[in-house]
Amino acid sequence: MKFNHLDYAVQIEDLTVAYDAKPVLWDIDLTIPQGKLMAIIGPNGAGKTTLLKAMLGLLIPVSGTVRFFQETENSLHKLKNKVAYVPQSGSVDWDFPATVLDIVLMGCYGRLGYIKRPGKKDRDAAVQCLRKVGMEEYASRQISQLSGGQQQRVFLARALMQTADIYFMDEPFKGVDVQTEKAIILLLKELKEAGKTVVVVHHDLQTVPEYFDWVTLINIKIIASGPVEEVFHEQNLKKAYHNSGNLLKSAV
Amino acid sequence: MSPQFEIQLIAVIVAVACSLPGVFLVLRKMSMMSDSITHTILLGIVLGFFLTHDLSSPFLIAGAALIGLATVWLTEILNRTKLLSEDASIGIVFPLLFSIAIILITKYAGSVHLDTDSVLLGELAFAPFNRMVVFGYDIGAKAIYSAMALLVVNLAFIITFFKELKVVTFDPVLSAVLGFTPALIHYGLMALVSLTTVGAFEAVGSVLVVAFMIGPPTTAYLLTDNLKRMLFLSALIGAVNGISGFYLAVLFDVSIAGSMAVMTGLIFLIVFVTAPNRGLLSSLRRRSRQKLEFSKKTLLFHLYNHEGSENEAQEAGIHTLGVHFHWDTAFTDKIVRYLLKEKYIMLDKDIIKLTEQGRSISNAEYNALFSD
Amino acid sequence: METIFYLLKDYTFQTVALGSAILGLLSGVLGSFAVLRKQSLLGDGVSHAALPGVVMAFVMTGSKNTEVLLLGALISGLMATLFIISIVKHSRIKFDSALALVMSVFFGLGLVLLTYVQKIPNSNQAGLKRFIFGQASTLLQRDVYFMAICGVILLALTLLFWKEFKLYIFDSEYAKSLGFPAHKLNLLLSFMIVMVIIIGLQTVGVILMSAMLIAPSVAARQWTNKLWIMVVLSALFGAISGIFGTMASSLTAKLPTGPAIVVIISCIVIISVLFAPGRGIVQKIAHRNNLKQLLKSEGGDRNVPTI
Repeated sequence: MKFNHLDYAVQIEDLTVAYDAKPVLWDIDLTIPQGKLMAIIGPNGAGKTTLLKAMLGLLIPVSGTVRFFQETENSLHKLKNKVAYVPQSGSVDWDFPATVLDIVLMGCYGRLGYIKRPGKKDRDAAVQCLRKVGMEEYASRQISQLSGGQQQRVFLARALMQTADIYFMDEPFKGVDVQTEKAIILLLKELKEAGKTVVVVHHDLQTVPEYFDWVTLINIKIIASGPVEEVFHEQNLKKAYHNSGNLLKSAV
Repeated sequence: MSPQFEIQLIAVIVAVACSLPGVFLVLRKMSMMSDSITHTILLGIVLGFFLTHDLSSPFLIAGAALIGLATVWLTEILNRTKLLSEDASIGIVFPLLFSIAIILITKYAGSVHLDTDSVLLGELAFAPFNRMVVFGYDIGAKAIYSAMALLVVNLAFIITFFKELKVVTFDPVLSAVLGFTPALIHYGLMALVSLTTVGAFEAVGSVLVVAFMIGPPTTAYLLTDNLKRMLFLSALIGAVNGISGFYLAVLFDVSIAGSMAVMTGLIFLIVFVTAPNRGLLSSLRRRSRQKLEFSKKTLLFHLYNHEGSENEAQEAGIHTLGVHFHWDTAFTDKIVRYLLKEKYIMLDKDIIKLTEQGRSISNAEYNALFSD
Repeated sequence: METIFYLLKDYTFQTVALGSAILGLLSGVLGSFAVLRKQSLLGDGVSHAALPGVVMAFVMTGSKNTEVLLLGALISGLMATLFIISIVKHSRIKFDSALALVMSVFFGLGLVLLTYVQKIPNSNQAGLKRFIFGQASTLLQRDVYFMAICGVILLALTLLFWKEFKLYIFDSEYAKSLGFPAHKLNLLLSFMIVMVIIIGLQTVGVILMSAMLIAPSVAARQWTNKLWIMVVLSALFGAISGIFGTMASSLTAKLPTGPAIVVIISCIVIISVLFAPGRGIVQKIAHRNNLKQLLKSEGGDRNVPTI
């Protein structure tokens, strides 16, 4: 597992995160190569979402550094438009007075910076992003009327709006219908084709080989990370999920 | 009984009586409902007063208790429409009822003698003027007896329904399954809160009733996990607030009720800072100790992970470590010094190495974490 | 009709109505933010907590100028907010208990200071109590100027950071991931909300200020699904109830302004919750009945619950 160091999208070194004295992530070293579609998997409480948030700089680690591309320092601020984040759709209040288009437009706020408002060009781009997730005709719909799957698609469109190079997604398949799941995975593969790096916190082991080409197994520390065909086998899964391996046999 | 003693007695009884239902309000996260009720009972008092023209009539108490319940009910109706959030519902109902009360009082201020100040702000110092006379004998201030009655009612309710209150507070779903109607206990408690506010406003004013209802239980909550002990501690803290507030008021010749509220705040502050386990000092101390301990563990674990690897010189170098961990130099030095002193690590030129002892410790840590 | 005509030309009425309108407008705008971020009751806490600041400012300066007193109110209001935040952060006490405790203790301290001031010889403290119940009729022209200046600043800030506030309130973590300083936005927004509360003390008083913050925006929310329309409507509702409340209190003998404003804005809330198209209760019930009728005519079971 040696990469040319110029090829990484994210490089994590010695990352430790703790809540009070309880380690959530411990001494994580992880390199995510560019242009991969990567799943982060692990049991509940393994620190998957925490890893995502630590990479995004949303929480302060006990130790460690996160670098993007060729940057030498923790540098999320400079790179804010290179990195897109798709949070879990349950993390916000969907009764907020806004239309679908309003939410998608938030994706360009980082690029616009302070004071400047989104213009017609941005609005057109937002409609384009909605078309990509199959939600074009919902543009003027109030967000409280969306189903779970539609909410997830709107968040995805918002991330597309950022025209980022790396996409971080927190369980995008959670609680969505089959149709949405298919639409999302198609989109992820498209992003990959375009040379983007996509990192997805994933729950469903069955679909890992089908959806992803790179996988990281974690349980507080990194169990294994690499191409799906090399790393995603029962032995590693057992290590990650301790001895609940029989549950997963069908997955491999 | 001297007036001084009578005032203290009333202060203590009122404070204790208020703190008891307050415990359940705090635990059920309904503190702001008490704020709401203490404002709206003014409307009940006004309406009752219009009927009876007597500030000590039992109709006032009934009216106020009814309005208190109506407040809770209206708030819940609004909340149930799901058109607005719970706190917004509270914030709409009580100002409206309160405004109506103020308008009524101002409008008919000439024909009735009801002073908004006395209801909202209260004045304990005047309590001894109102005597209880039975068969021509003066048997003490009226307020002593009304406060006593209040305390007895509160105690009786809590003792009788202790089990139900406990279940409803900690697990409303279970209580519904068990066949207690949570709504009944809920409205019972709310009626108690309204009654208590009515009973206490004459002495301390309705705004400050909130301080006596919420202050002692919140303070006690920092000291214990046991419901019975929390009730007892709240009553005790309430009594202490009452007496110390009285002396503060005498000292500076200021409002007694206000001083009691100030003492409530002060005693809370002292407990908040110094309480064992949950106090600010002990939790800050614990947190910084945890941070130190955890950083030590992190470093040991890191060394253990990279022991013998090809880039050990980089990963465990005393000068490069800080960069890797994103720690500043001072902090890195501190952690390394600690570990050196404990003989878990040693320095081999510029590379940090685990000692035998350090290795077995990290190994044990590792196993504890990853092999359940 | 003629009375209204004369009233509109009355100088005092113009001053008070303008002041109430400005307050309604500002609390409508910033109240929308407070309600959307689920901090409706913070206004109640901050306004109660402002009382000791008002009295302290008077004790220390001897001045009864509105700006001086409001500066004191601002300081103690912010202190109370800080207390509440740190109690919640550093202990297991929940927000509502911390709020109730801090506001009532601060209010108690205010009363203590008030009774203390009464004892100081030669100090005419009359007029301090107007902050408890509010007395719009004591608004002077310079008070209204002061409110107008604060209002312009607050509105300018709202316009300037509109996009950021919207983003932050909807999804603060996402705002952070885009590189916006969520913590600073939070502080700025809280500060602006506290400012409005303080400005409102003189007009509607400590106890009713929370209604001014909550009611216009709750009413406005029912009529629209767009944030900017909600904020504009909320400002409008606030201003209208300010003006009409003042009018009602001028035309009727012994009708205090603050409560009158609150009653009017509460009526607007009730009408909105009942009749607003789309969300309103009346329409929902009608819709449900229609469904039942439909089911009945289709021969279905009427007892099947409908949405």
